[in-house]
Amino acid sequence: MITVENLTKSFQGVNALNGVTLDVEAGTVLGVVGPSGAGKSTLARCVALLERPDSGAIRVDGTDITALDGSALRAARRQIGVVPQGDSLLRQRTAAGNIALPLESAGIPGPQRRTRVGELLDLVGLTDKAAAYPDQLSGGQRQRIAVARALAANPSVLLADEPTSALDPETTGSVLTVLDRARAELGVTVLVVTHDMGVVRKICDDVAVLEQGRVVEHGKVLDLVNDAGSRTSSALLPAVDLNPINESTYDRVADVVLVGFAAVGALLPEAAHRFSVELNIVGGGLTRLGETPVARFRLGLNGERSDSALEWISEAGGAVQRSLKGPQGVAA
Amino acid sequence: MRSATPWSDVVSYLVEATGETLYMVGVSTVIATAFGIPVGVWLQLTAPGGLRPAPVLHRVLGFITDLGRSMPFIVLLVALTSVTRLIVGGSIGSTAVIVPLAVGAIPFVGRLVQNILSEVHVTVVEAAVTTGASTLRIVRSVLIRESLPALINAIGVTVIALIGYSAMAGVIGGGGLGDLAIREGYQRFNDRILWSTVAWLAVLTTLIQLGFTRAARASDRRRHASV
Ligand SMILES: Nc1ncnc2c1ncn2[C@@H]1O[C@H](COP(=O)(O)OP(=O)(O)O)[C@@H](O)[C@H]1O
Ligand SMILES: [Mg+2]
Repeated sequence: MITVENLTKSFQGVNALNGVTLDVEAGTVLGVVGPSGAGKSTLARCVALLERPDSGAIRVDGTDITALDGSALRAARRQIGVVPQGDSLLRQRTAAGNIALPLESAGIPGPQRRTRVGELLDLVGLTDKAAAYPDQLSGGQRQRIAVARALAANPSVLLADEPTSALDPETTGSVLTVLDRARAELGVTVLVVTHDMGVVRKICDDVAVLEQGRVVEHGKVLDLVNDAGSRTSSALLPAVDLNPINESTYDRVADVVLVGFAAVGALLPEAAHRFSVELNIVGGGLTRLGETPVARFRLGLNGERSDSALEWISEAGGAVQRSLKGPQGVAA
Repeated sequence: MRSATPWSDVVSYLVEATGETLYMVGVSTVIATAFGIPVGVWLQLTAPGGLRPAPVLHRVLGFITDLGRSMPFIVLLVALTSVTRLIVGGSIGSTAVIVPLAVGAIPFVGRLVQNILSEVHVTVVEAAVTTGASTLRIVRSVLIRESLPALINAIGVTVIALIGYSAMAGVIGGGGLGDLAIREGYQRFNDRILWSTVAWLAVLTTLIQLGFTRAARASDRRRHASV
């Protein structure tokens, strides 16, 4: 588990980090997102112990690692596996040789090193590329080797800065799968910096939005999507108002977010049936956050008990975000 | 009119002079590399953005290096006479030439090496830093190993440059191919020796260059279609 407390860092008067506080529970994936220049890489470099913050603390399992030197610093670095932004493999070493580097740094003897490298190649699905040099690998394969290298010395935290920014969508998937496996199979805590909400959608449990060196939103992805005003929900959920509708045809119009198989599959027909209302999906759509299906629909309801139906949906776990027409809201 | 030197004599002249040149250049290259690589590493480590930035130390070291590089070799050759005597127990002959050759080449190699090491991408170096590797390990496994092909080429360049400098060895009786061309060829109006030596020097340097280029390529794992 890793905690970032009130971290600040400035470069010649530019405040890259303005008191950043975050925590990532053990075995979960946090996505740090935000526009270019928000301070994401600076945060990543501080956590990677490549940059010293001006103030604040970074705790890994309770111990502050920001003020270490010498061999204690090197030992702390081994606790945090890093996938740097950009091409970072040694071009004169094979894939296996690259993965072995942290093990050499840790003084692990040859035979054990080879066993461990074999396990990691298997984890990232590149066993057949052990003897290949980086120039013989595709961008996605190189990035998976970089992830394997980051995991080699059994770190408790895995940090990746824009691990997919140079990759096409298909290859991005293979790299994200590897990060997800690392969490699932090794129980490592993952911190992934990205400007791509797709990364959050696919693998993140939690998300932190960084803007101008500040955390402006931080929480569980599945909680934040239920919050109509959150940046996360507007970035991750399907848009509801692509097709303008004639609101006068309905007694009630409301937006609803449904999370999980049961809610997405059964809640709306059940509501329509129970309250004998006509319930139409007039906008929005279905998406997936990790394995969880999530929908945001704009509903149009007709019938005397439309309000009761909406209330019931809300009580049954569907988040009725706003009623555009009806007692809770004013028609736009 | 004197008859031309017989070819068999020209060949034995060339063989002897080649031996002297290779001896002088070979030993001084080894010494210059042994000292020049650490100098280059030190320059790069202390440079801004290096692994151990130390601006003052970097500038002082850089100043000394550049001073050494700007010194004309002929000046070094005579200026170092007493140092040479101290080290090799004499101040003339092939062995005596090695001292100024090596001393002159150290700063040359140092700057070449620094330039080459600075080409290793910062992301690659930082990735190694995050593995908890010590500076020494990063120097060996990352900076030097990643630059090996370029470093081998740089040593080749040094050898060729030293062959050039060693032509002045005649001043202190060092012998070698340059000395042969000047003393036996040019000064005695012996065109056969002069031009044979020139031609042989061209062949020799080309062969040496070729050898280093081959070795550099063999050490390079980039862009290899298969391992
Ligand atoms: N080494 C540096 N020197 C000067 N300014 C920097 C440095 N690193 C980052 N910055 C500045 O800090 C801010 C945050 O940058 P960065 O952390 O790279 O943002 P992001 O990764 O979110 O795009 C930017 O204004 C950037 O110009
Ligand atoms: Mg960045």
